[in-house]
Amino acid sequence: MNLAPATTPLDSWHRQAGGKMVDFAGYALPVQYAGGGIVAEHQACRTAAALFDVSHMGRLRFDGVGSEALLDHLLTRRVSDMPVGRVRYGLLCNAEGGVLDDVLVSHLETPSGQRYHLMVVNASNRQKIWKWIQPHLDDFPGVTLTDRTELTAMIAVQGPKAIELCDRLFKVPPSRLKYYRATITEQFQKPAIVSRTGYTGEDGFELIVRAEDAPRVWENLLLAGRDHGVIAAGLGARDTLRLEAGMPLYGHELTEQIDPLSAGLSFACNLKDRSFIGDEALRQIADAGPPKVRIGLLPEGKRPAREGCDVVSADGQVIGRVTSGAPSPTLGRPIAMASIDAAQADNQRFEIDIRGKRVAAIRTALPFYKR
Amino acid sequence: MARDTSKLRYAETHEWVDAGDDGVATIGISAFAIEQLNDLVYMDLPEVGKDVAVGDEIGEVESVKAVSPLYSPVSGQVVEVHTELPDNLDNLKEDPYEFGWIIKIKMTDASEVEKLMDHAAYEKQCSEAG
Repeated sequence: MNLAPATTPLDSWHRQAGGKMVDFAGYALPVQYAGGGIVAEHQACRTAAALFDVSHMGRLRFDGVGSEALLDHLLTRRVSDMPVGRVRYGLLCNAEGGVLDDVLVSHLETPSGQRYHLMVVNASNRQKIWKWIQPHLDDFPGVTLTDRTELTAMIAVQGPKAIELCDRLFKVPPSRLKYYRATITEQFQKPAIVSRTGYTGEDGFELIVRAEDAPRVWENLLLAGRDHGVIAAGLGARDTLRLEAGMPLYGHELTEQIDPLSAGLSFACNLKDRSFIGDEALRQIADAGPPKVRIGLLPEGKRPAREGCDVVSADGQVIGRVTSGAPSPTLGRPIAMASIDAAQADNQRFEIDIRGKRVAAIRTALPFYKR
Repeated sequence: MARDTSKLRYAETHEWVDAGDDGVATIGISAFAIEQLNDLVYMDLPEVGKDVAVGDEIGEVESVKAVSPLYSPVSGQVVEVHTELPDNLDNLKEDPYEFGWIIKIKMTDASEVEKLMDHAAYEKQCSEAG
């Protein structure tokens, strides 16, 4: 079977802008656009602002009494204490404590006063999470779960100028939101969910609009920032930006084979006084100490260490592997995140086996870049 | 004198070959491939004296996003390597056919060059890919 990738509501814009399209988690999306390249798009985000089509991310809506209890049962962090307008990062784990996905949950209220929770999941995990939640719905009969992904589009606007430039476009300006807050607003009479969140290490916001409104909204955002160096950026820049910001990516730093404590996400696991799927496993891991640790590495020289390269200790033992690696456009040198044995966590010097050649690498604090 | 790209031969994997009368082939990567790779950050080249066959990996170029192997379009021995190139990858984009030469191979079978694509065939491949 060879199914063509799905397209986002911004597909024709991407193609007209010379987007180099690839299949990413079942969606056709641009790696980069014509005329610039990953580095230029990356730098635009660090110095001005960049727009990203993130419509491939899954959007699952929880309505009804029991939504909070259900989410509390599924997530490593409590949701039931979130007031309207709050956004929270958390993880869904299996019973063994392996990570099924990392997600953002927003508590929202419509203008007519209807409250609901919206969970944004990774594109590659959308079907898996949908199926994972289904059997639990029987225990929470008041909850209605709907998949809003295909009815809506999602746009990230990220960079130091993002908020200021786009503020005047919205009925409730993004600058009124604090970090990790969200609201339902309007852009030129079109409904939109705006949250002050992102995945680049920059200030900015993420926007969810109806699919049919997306091209117009995208154009409005670009127009607003046109004279200030705001451009569209593809998946390539999104990946180098999030890596510089030290943010984990599902399938790389996070998998079902790794627990969140080993992935350095203990802040996102509230184990005290709580019961949720995977809590016992995570408590045991916390008590024994996580077997792995996620670290930042600076490989010497110009050659980037890529995902899958072995990390080697000073005495020649393979003690982990690179989970993400790329040249950092901001630092002008290669950077890498790796998962290594916790027993080696105090070491500062390692070697990385880059396709048969050993390269020295020094441990560094995460994130690599902080605004 | 600038290299006449219409007289070069091309591999499917985007290496160009300038086969000299002395049996030495100069090899680089095409402007199309460099444009596609974009944002080059690293290049790894073979040692002088290495024997290679058609299709052997002779090095790699890395862009921000990915690693791309370089394949030898001919058989023979590496007789010269452009050692300045890895430190000046920006210039590769400006001048892929002169400054951008990568290695020279003393060919063991010059007829292999005839099996490579001519300029028209290569342009067709690129237009279909692009």
